Amino acid sequence: MSDQFAALRAITEDPTLSPAQKTRALALAAENLLPYPALDADTTAALAARVICDMFEGHAPTRPRYVLPDYQVVLSRGSDWLELPAPQTLDEALNTLMIAYHHVPSITGMPVYIGALDSLLKPFCDGVSDDDLYRKIKLFWRYIDRVLPDAFLHANIGPSDNRVARTILRVDAELKQIAPNLTLLYDPAVSTDALLAQAVGNILACCKPHIANHPLHRAAFDARGYAIVSCYNALPLAGGASTLTRINLREVALRSRDATHFLTEVLPHYAELAFRLMQARIDHLYERSGFFDSFLVAEGWIERDRFTAMYGIFAMAEAVNVLQDKAGLAGRYGADAQANALGVQISRALADLVAVRPLRHVWRGRAMLHAQAGLSTDTDLTPGVRIPYGQEPDPVAHVQALAPHHAFYPSGISDIVTLDETVTANPQALVDLCKGAFACGFREFTANVASRDLVRVTGYMIRLSDVARFEAGEGARTNTTGLGAEAARMTAILARAPRVLGQEFNVGPGQ
Amino acid sequence: MSALVSRILRYSCVDGPGNRLVVFLQGCNFACPTCHNPHTRGVCNDCGDCIPACPRGALALVDGRIAFDASACDACDACLRACPISANPMVQRLEVAEIVAIARANLPFLSGITLSGGEALMQRKFVLALFAALAADPDLARLTRFIDTNGHLAAAGWRGLLEVTDGVMLDIKAFDPGLHRTLTGRDNRLSLRAGRLLAEAGKLFELRMLMIPGKTDTVGEIARLIAYVRGLGAETRVRLNAFQHHGVQGRAAGWEKMTRSRMEQVAATLRAAGLRQVVTPVVWL
Repeated sequence: MSDQFAALRAITEDPTLSPAQKTRALALAAENLLPYPALDADTTAALAARVICDMFEGHAPTRPRYVLPDYQVVLSRGSDWLELPAPQTLDEALNTLMIAYHHVPSITGMPVYIGALDSLLKPFCDGVSDDDLYRKIKLFWRYIDRVLPDAFLHANIGPSDNRVARTILRVDAELKQIAPNLTLLYDPAVSTDALLAQAVGNILACCKPHIANHPLHRAAFDARGYAIVSCYNALPLAGGASTLTRINLREVALRSRDATHFLTEVLPHYAELAFRLMQARIDHLYERSGFFDSFLVAEGWIERDRFTAMYGIFAMAEAVNVLQDKAGLAGRYGADAQANALGVQISRALADLVAVRPLRHVWRGRAMLHAQAGLSTDTDLTPGVRIPYGQEPDPVAHVQALAPHHAFYPSGISDIVTLDETVTANPQALVDLCKGAFACGFREFTANVASRDLVRVTGYMIRLSDVARFEAGEGARTNTTGLGAEAARMTAILARAPRVLGQEFNVGPGQ
Repeated sequence: MSALVSRILRYSCVDGPGNRLVVFLQGCNFACPTCHNPHTRGVCNDCGDCIPACPRGALALVDGRIAFDASACDACDACLRACPISANPMVQRLEVAEIVAIARANLPFLSGITLSGGEALMQRKFVLALFAALAADPDLARLTRFIDTNGHLAAAGWRGLLEVTDGVMLDIKAFDPGLHRTLTGRDNRLSLRAGRLLAEAGKLFELRMLMIPGKTDTVGEIARLIAYVRGLGAETRVRLNAFQHHGVQGRAAGWEKMTRSRMEQVAATLRAAGLRQVVTPVVWL
């Protein structure tokens, strides 16, 4: 017990944490004093060896990992529980959303989704001047960053070109905040070239927004729709994801004799253990937590049966290279056609495993495969199916090498294309890359421009100046700076040209 | 029809509008000491001096010709340093159809194709054949066709070529004929005439000038530059490149590098003289 007390005391006395950050870290530590949901011995052993991983979500899930409310419900009907009438004006709508966000949980304690803001707000904008709209959005944006300072918090705009989306882009480029993160849903049949051009201009200014291939995502979901949240996860709207469990493919490869053994025996074995881990956590959430008795369900913001289970994988690059070594082959993942083909074969095998494994309390009864972007502690392990840092070929070859994977990962697969600053003089080159990536089957396109203060870590944004201040012991106003700082230390990623690193959620109390 | 190709890039945002497929053709008719790609200047004469320099055994003489094994190469570039004539034993000979196939495979990513060098127009017939093939292809015709050149080509040479070319980036090394000869080994009359001819045809995308301290940034050179651009039209896009030491071999490696502040002074002078589009580097190393 004294070790546990020491750990709790260290949180209370950590000079870099605010009181609210300490409270949250203490709550997590307390949750993890409880016994884990019951698991069989094989699953427990695989979890302990971190061949499979629960993302350190905690021992007693009290809420889904990601919650994506349909904010249209509260905007059109108000809320009895929150004693809110249906808003009539833009001010009332913004105020309603600001209140709503405080009642939407997630794994981080802050909402990961704040709505398809242009479609939500458009009906309230008749008669609002451009200048008023700009000033109101700007105050709203400042509120989000200062009161909900978490870079996993995500807004969506598009696919239509409209005044609200344009204003949001204008404000976002001007303020360059870490929150909210932003995705433009792009549909070549609906979105205009001018909207895409403005979004690309924003990327050059602040590495946001991320651009999603709307037709591909739409086809993976139903009529109720989807949204992009957190680190570029595509999830059912009015639902979300109960949990994210992931497999370290490198560890699976190390336990295999060769590629055939990997594909036919070892991967299916650990895949099954990951399903069991996932089911145990979901059962706890659905059968013991009482979460679904919430007013969010009663009022229709979310639906109990619209929560998927995210089946994550990572370290594809290392797994392929381990199997190449075992076969005596020199070709490396990302650079060699045969190694790349083995990677695609593994992705296909994973998709097949997910397609045939039923799960309780899960949307459509099956998990959704996810190329997971990493944790701040993933030293020497590459996120998802990405090509290892510093080994990336040119951006076009990079996209072409990874494109065949994208069809297999409906709940998200992000890669980050890092470009040097010369592209700022030629934004059309970035538009070309984005359109080319979508034409090749990329589900989403994310670019970092070197030498920007605001950069993308795995999916969320950090300011390099904040990291420098945090490292100097000055603490941070934002929740995710500590993660970025940890990732920078442990993955040594800021030291080199592609400013990207793999992590999503922190292990220790430093969050 | 085939060409000697030094290198192909599928991503470039600095060789014309949008993302471009860039084909660097081997061989140059100028001998600039400031060249940052000196290995693109010469054409291999199969002397074999590079063979012992290769640590991987990727080079050999087969039937008196240099043979390069790309699979053995680890891109250390030792052969380039060993070459006595600034050539490159790794150069490929590619057919028009092969480059057309590369363009097709990368089509969704491209705004266009740019032929650079070396000096692209040393292989003018190939340029003509490639551009004609691209223009005639229903899928590839949308790619804009650009040339990056020093313009050392007589008026007759531009005929026919301009019909299949959308834009030219013209490098003027110096305006004073004596200085030009010092910097390139050649006269600049053809290059200056090419600028006028291209501007009249509406095909001059950009005029490029390398700023070398004390040589091309002098009061006299800047005045001649301004007069020349005014003659072409004040809207002409002028890109100022900064002389740096990257890749430079020989006597120019001892020359002073261009500084950012001096570059901004020159740009300000050009703008004050009424030049409407003056572009300076985005990145300074």
